[in-house]
Amino acid sequence: MSEGMTKTAARNIFFGGTIFFFVIFVSLTVQSHFHILNKSTDVATLTESVARGKDVWEENSCINCHTLFGEGAYFAPELGKVWIKFGGDEDAEAGAEALKAWMEAMPTGIEGRRQMPQFNLSDQDHEDLAAFFEWISRIDTQNWPPTPDDE
Amino acid sequence: MKYQTQRLAYPYFIAAMGLFVAQVLGGLIAGTIYVFPNFLSDLVPFNIIRMIHTNALIVWLLMGFFGATYYLLPEETETEIHSSKIAWIQFWVFLLGAAATVVGYLFGIHEGREFLEQPIWFKIAIVIVALLFMYNVSMTLLKGKKTAIAIILTMGLWGLTLFFLFAFYNPSNLALDKMYWWYVIHLWVEGVWELILAAILGFLLIKITGVDREVIEKWLYVIVGLALFSGLLGTGHHYYWIGTPGYWQWLGSIFSALEVFPFLAMVIFSFYIVKKSTRNHPNKAALLWVLGCTVLSFFGAGVWGFMHTLAPINYYTHGTQITASHGHLAFYGAYVMINLAIITYAMPHLRGQQPYNQTLNMWSFWITSAGMCFMTFTLTAAGVLQTHLERVMGMDFMEVQEQISLFYWMRLGSGVIVVLGVLLFVYATFSKGSEEQATAG
Repeated sequence: MSEGMTKTAARNIFFGGTIFFFVIFVSLTVQSHFHILNKSTDVATLTESVARGKDVWEENSCINCHTLFGEGAYFAPELGKVWIKFGGDEDAEAGAEALKAWMEAMPTGIEGRRQMPQFNLSDQDHEDLAAFFEWISRIDTQNWPPTPDDE
Repeated sequence: MKYQTQRLAYPYFIAAMGLFVAQVLGGLIAGTIYVFPNFLSDLVPFNIIRMIHTNALIVWLLMGFFGATYYLLPEETETEIHSSKIAWIQFWVFLLGAAATVVGYLFGIHEGREFLEQPIWFKIAIVIVALLFMYNVSMTLLKGKKTAIAIILTMGLWGLTLFFLFAFYNPSNLALDKMYWWYVIHLWVEGVWELILAAILGFLLIKITGVDREVIEKWLYVIVGLALFSGLLGTGHHYYWIGTPGYWQWLGSIFSALEVFPFLAMVIFSFYIVKKSTRNHPNKAALLWVLGCTVLSFFGAGVWGFMHTLAPINYYTHGTQITASHGHLAFYGAYVMINLAIITYAMPHLRGQQPYNQTLNMWSFWITSAGMCFMTFTLTAAGVLQTHLERVMGMDFMEVQEQISLFYWMRLGSGVIVVLGVLLFVYATFSKGSEEQATAG
């Protein structure tokens, strides 16, 4: 920028700095990787069913209406902690049933309301999806989302 | 046009504009669903429309980057592109693959991670396309002159190719999935794509202003340096609430706040260079897009990004319409506008005519940009209200959406303006200017 700096100097700073920051970034990612495995998620309970539930979530492209931990399409509600909202943390069976009943009642067809499609999930799919929601509801998200209505 | 192989850019630019039209039409439908929720709900649900809207954007921007590279690389390296045949194969594989993918979306054939919904065969095709392209680019660079612009561009394109490989890693642990997902998304748009942007910008400024290459290239290194020094650790602003450690709230806040500076530097740089202009280039429309690009990317990516990047603020705004407002203006200002700038600059050469219908092109600049700005303002207002009602007051999501529906109406209106602007751009690009304009050049 200053007249004093040559193009070669600018180039060297660019390459050197990029390598420097890239190495730091990758190192911190590695550290975060282990943080996720050991601290913020419960790897021991990541069952086949949870993994299949994630597949159900992806096969139906839920992310292009909903968000998970704030990432997604903002068209439909955030679902990172939907398991807790449906009371699954208190009564797992009732939570799973409520989720299933909710999805089976879609679309409502009410004029002027956003419509969730009918995905025709099998019982197994519903069970797996519930397992997925249960598992992710226990991820340590640094207290996100804010829950002002909690007493 | 000095080199035969620069003509390779032509099909890429045409395909880019075609997909651009598809993208904004998809956006128009999505915006319509926001105000008429039952619109198309039985035929094409919102999640499919949005997939088409975002994927068409990504594909056309890539088409534009490929075209821009084929156009500028021969002039920079002072040699022909290594292989025209590879460029044509790459073009058709990419275009037909993208078309088949979009048709597949309509029939529910897709994967399920945001922006990476392409079925696995198209992901593999993308890698093949990118490797063919990188082979072609690298061979050209190796035999030709290695200018800073050519080096920065090639580095950006290699980064684009390598980071895409993370699209194949999809662990069942959601937190891990999200962390590496950003290796594609963030390191593309807030990392290596900025190198591509800067290289195209530098090329256009040299051609349009005639300012000494040494001055421009020194600035380019400073800008891309600022971009990566801030942008790499700036990835941390996506690692606040997804299961990653708390220290990212500090690192991400500090470094992503610095992401404003490369964009600020780009504005100062481009206006400074234009002021020092030593030639009066006839293509005024291209210059308009160049300057508009630096200004709106500064606001869209820089200012609107900063607005919600600090962790204590992001805690409340994360995943609201604030994010949508930033996303729209950042993509438009940075990557859409740089593509339209190079297309506006290169098309007269590629079509063998004087700068064509410049007046119409400049109208499309103002109409499209005004539409995008207004869309950003309405979404920002919607997002501020949503943040307050939902995250501070604790109202239910759907209830809040009803409260802010007025802004979705205004967004749809601005979307119509954008579509008209885009159609005008395409028309201006392919129409013949009057004789008067042609000779004035």
